[in-house]
Amino acid sequence: MAVARNEVRTAAATIGFRLLDQTRLATVASELARNVVKYGVRGQLIVQPTHESDGREGLRLIFEDTGPGIPNIEHAMRDGFSTGRGLGKGLPGSKRLVHEFKIESEVGRGTRVTIVRWI
Amino acid sequence: MNLTQRIPILKVGRVLIVPIQFDMDDQTVMSLQESILSELERTGARGVLIDISLLEMVDSFIGRVLSDIAAMARIMDARTVVVGMQPAVAITLVELGLELKGVDTVLNVEEGIKLLRGELDARDDEDEESFFGEMSAIAEQINRT
Repeated sequence: MAVARNEVRTAAATIGFRLLDQTRLATVASELARNVVKYGVRGQLIVQPTHESDGREGLRLIFEDTGPGIPNIEHAMRDGFSTGRGLGKGLPGSKRLVHEFKIESEVGRGTRVTIVRWI
Repeated sequence: MNLTQRIPILKVGRVLIVPIQFDMDDQTVMSLQESILSELERTGARGVLIDISLLEMVDSFIGRVLSDIAAMARIMDARTVVVGMQPAVAITLVELGLELKGVDTVLNVEEGIKLLRGELDARDDEDEESFFGEMSAIAEQINRT
């Protein structure tokens, strides 16, 4: 997780994100990587510099795990909902820190969370 | 525990000072919580000052543990103050929806020590007053008999 945070912060800095956005992205990486480590039997984080058609640059992060999956995404996205020892802030909180947030999950197969933050 | 990840806990007067100097993984955060509580017991310190000025990120887990440490320390009769949070960290914490419930935060170590010292002195005065109050009540009882 510490690795994920550093990796993401470095990537964000390279693209030219200001300090506040670097912090936001590193925090999101920490929250979502924790889910991967906690629930995923095997997981990965893909760090992808990206840009829109108008040339605006951004960073896309994809968190994939082969964990139990999320039966009810709507519940999982609610503030304060938690299955573990967390505060239930991880998913909904992370969504507030980025511009795009997509979560796909299949029970028994795994979960993929994709986020983008634009500069 | 990885020894390179050990966070020092210094006792200065009646205060434990905990300078967090690097990004912590969950394991380190949990063992820090334990170490602080056992140091409180061992030293009888009455205050805990946690310096997070070098922390570049506080996520929901670290935030929760900071709140827990403050709550547990309070039960052990000690006050906790968190000092030096970077502005970007504060903004991100609030956006994340964390309030660090029950944790006093101040800008720097100096302010933190001032706050704790004020608290401890005030409590000493109270203790003294109630002590003398009790003593005079006892004396009165004795005089009456």
